[in-house]
Amino acid sequence: MRRLPKKDIVIVGLGWAGSIVARQLAETGLDILCLERGPWRDTARDFNISTVTDELRFDKRQALMVQPAQAGITVRNTVSETALPMRQWGSFHPGNGVGGAGLHWAGITWRFTPEIFRQRSHLVERYGESAIPAELTVQDWGLTYDELEPHYDAFDKLAGVSGRAGNLKGEIREGGNPFEGPRQNDYPLPPMVQTHGPKLFAKAAAELGYHPFPSPSALPSEPYTNSLGLKMGPCTYCGFCTNYGCANYSKASALICVVPWLLLQPNIEIRVNSEVVRIEKDGTGRRATGVVYLDGAGEELFQPADLVAVCGFQLENVRLMLLSGVGQPYDPATGTGVTGRNYAYQTPNSVTGFFENVAFNPFIGSGAAGGALDDLNNDNFDHAGLGFFGGGSTRVIPIGGAPISQRHVPSGTPRWGAKWKEETTRWYQATMSVGCEASSFSTPGNYLSLDPTYKDRIGRPLLRMTFDWPENDRRMSQHVVSKCTDIVRAMGAKHWEPAPIKGAWNTSPYQSSHVVGGFVMGADPSTSATNKYLQSWDVPNLFVVGAQAFPQNPGYNPTGTVCALAGWAGAAIRDLYLKSPGPLAPT
Amino acid sequence: MKSRRMTRRGLLTTAAGAALLLGFGKVSAQESRPVWMPFDGFPPADSMAEGLQFLTPDEARTVGAIVERLIPADALSPSGKDAGCVDFIDRQLSGPYGVFSGQYREGPFQDGTPMQGDQSPLDARQRYRLGLAALDGWCRANAQAAFADLPEDRRDAILADLETGKITLDGIPAELFFEQVLANTMEGFFADPIHGGNKDMVSWRMLGFPGARYDYLDSLDIAGTPLRLDPIGLKGGPSWSADWVPPSAPARKG
Ligand SMILES: Cc1cc2nc3c(=O)[nH]c(=O)nc-3n(C[C@H](O)[C@H](O)[C@H](O)COP(=O)(O)OP(=O)(O)OC[C@H]3O[C@@H](n4cnc5c(N)ncnc54)[C@H](O)[C@@H]3O)c2cc1C
Ligand code: SF4
Repeated sequence: MRRLPKKDIVIVGLGWAGSIVARQLAETGLDILCLERGPWRDTARDFNISTVTDELRFDKRQALMVQPAQAGITVRNTVSETALPMRQWGSFHPGNGVGGAGLHWAGITWRFTPEIFRQRSHLVERYGESAIPAELTVQDWGLTYDELEPHYDAFDKLAGVSGRAGNLKGEIREGGNPFEGPRQNDYPLPPMVQTHGPKLFAKAAAELGYHPFPSPSALPSEPYTNSLGLKMGPCTYCGFCTNYGCANYSKASALICVVPWLLLQPNIEIRVNSEVVRIEKDGTGRRATGVVYLDGAGEELFQPADLVAVCGFQLENVRLMLLSGVGQPYDPATGTGVTGRNYAYQTPNSVTGFFENVAFNPFIGSGAAGGALDDLNNDNFDHAGLGFFGGGSTRVIPIGGAPISQRHVPSGTPRWGAKWKEETTRWYQATMSVGCEASSFSTPGNYLSLDPTYKDRIGRPLLRMTFDWPENDRRMSQHVVSKCTDIVRAMGAKHWEPAPIKGAWNTSPYQSSHVVGGFVMGADPSTSATNKYLQSWDVPNLFVVGAQAFPQNPGYNPTGTVCALAGWAGAAIRDLYLKSPGPLAPT
Repeated sequence: MKSRRMTRRGLLTTAAGAALLLGFGKVSAQESRPVWMPFDGFPPADSMAEGLQFLTPDEARTVGAIVERLIPADALSPSGKDAGCVDFIDRQLSGPYGVFSGQYREGPFQDGTPMQGDQSPLDARQRYRLGLAALDGWCRANAQAAFADLPEDRRDAILADLETGKITLDGIPAELFFEQVLANTMEGFFADPIHGGNKDMVSWRMLGFPGARYDYLDSLDIAGTPLRLDPIGLKGGPSWSADWVPPSAPARKG
């Protein structure tokens, strides 16, 4: 294997997390190499306005996603089943190329609330130790909201987040989210425009006593110059957002918000079509010596480095740790081991309303503009006696009306023929859904490991996912869906169809790409794989950055927190580790 | 150069100060992709090519006889066949999608639980080739004619039985074949016309979908009434022609 000249720092993956870590380290002047598995991307060429609105190509044929043939996974609901490959992407849509999944994401940008980072402590304090269901491995994050707040603030300014503060330095403000943690600054941009559906939602929700607010969005409501001096255009509500790249330089992504700045830094090099296949360690097993990667021609190369930051999206981050023998693999039979432990997902809930005498013009849409409320989330309502913990962020966000996918008809409608066509045409303009992206608690039985049978193109085991909805989350789903049904009714729907989670987790329909955990952060090395700086307990010159650090998932989309953690970890490397290389937290 | 490297290495192993070296080194964003080609991400293979690319004339006839029943002609739109769904399916099968390129295709193939998704070893081409032959075989044995020669109501009944698995086909599960054709038919009917289906944007007109327009800033405050815009596709639209009349405007005279 060819050995390349040494670099000070290697960053694996150039999506949101990798680009922010690179940004934090750039000014150290160290020699930094970013290795990205996918191709170079450029808005002008890859998301050209005259080719980008192609639903077949981007939504159905998944042109921006990594191909399962390159980085597939196997899935099963329980340990007693044989996991089988997800032959095409279904439940989630991992990304590829410079920008990662952060190119075809939707842009809904949350901060987690202070209580979330103390999830176990909070529940114990309010409900008592005995109230916590035995099936949940709920735990604290090891860091606090206050520590992370400056990095949330920095991400708002990097991505040009649009919204209205509900809690400014402790003062609760009308029209924002009153449940959010205190922010030191308002959003850099005002909220996006509320179209007809979100307006109906806000009115109905307020009448029911809830606290609606415009959903926070990384699609700029106005022209914006970000904290690195890079310009973004206003979102035009094109309706080709989720699963597409943006032709307007609007949707925030590493590609337009960070990478152009990285390219100007003399000490940063980016290599694309370079897939890291494992982390190399020295004889002690306690020091990473670099990474092995495949270049575009398929040659295996050893890239030595003094520090490695793995930022390849949650699934790949956990897989690389398992393949490289970092941390003890989790064993569900004994409950020991940390690598692969506490995998969780996001519980999807929705209620579709069918309306009469109204046209919502669903094609006027975007991934993140709409209305939301947080009254049904977190511990914002009393859970005593309810038999579950958690909840979700509730919202109406019309994402677009591209019709291969976006056609709702009442259940029971034939799937083809004259009646199908009549109903499809009748309801195309007249449905609106209230969704609730809800929490997903970790359990001893939901975990990630290496598959014993299925291999990738170079013979490495695929990642194996064992997951089903915990009983706690099923109850939560019933609860939030019944509340969302009240909202849909109050919006004036004539007919509604609640969709709580039912049965086992189905791997085929898209649900969300909010996969979390599996290499979690914490204060206790027996239940976490990294310390609160995302530094591996076992290999101190290895940092692993992404949603795999979440010990469980709250009822929010993850990326605001992934990016704040990337800023936090990058700052820790820069300000703490480089001054005194070694473990940053006591074991 | 050498001493600078050593200084840098020192930064990571000792507690020396950082940021001494700003301004050295060089930018190198390596680019190893081939030169740009239209649709290079995932080309709509041969969608402009004339004639059948994958299906035989007989197969195309059977596909046509299916898609015109899945999407029948009526006052709302022409049939799936007249909308170009056969061309669409043929072009898709002849391109990367036909062999499920990019999907994970390694064995062992085995049936899973219903939650584990499509585990069939057959790719899209095989599904059509086997399914169409088996369907015709079944029709000849049970209805004494090829599928395409059967009357509409008989075809509808057979399709319904494929959908529910009441009919058993040779070599391929009936539901698998049916779901494959149904999914591709809907794709062809609703996709951008550049892929060969949705001719004249018939499905978009039917729904009131304006297509590839990219900017609705002028219409954000529209309050519950339909925004009527002539659709536009990746290849253009009727508004590009000289005798186009805006949908809301009165017809031009003479
Ligand atoms: C359809 C969709 C909608 C979404 N909507 C939202 C939303 O509204 N709000 C929200 O908060 N989140 C949303 N998300 C999630 C969001 O995209 C991710 O949380 C975010 O991109 C994670 O950032 P990351 O840097 O960890 O991973 P990514 O952005 O995916 O970046 C990882 C990068 O690493 C590269 N890589 C992976 N493995 C390797 C390797 N071995 N070697 C080299 N490079 C490698 C990948 O190619 C990729 O470029 C959405 C995701 C999808 C798919
Ligand atoms: S909806 Fe807005 S941000 Fe999203 S792709 Fe369209 S223009 Fe870009």
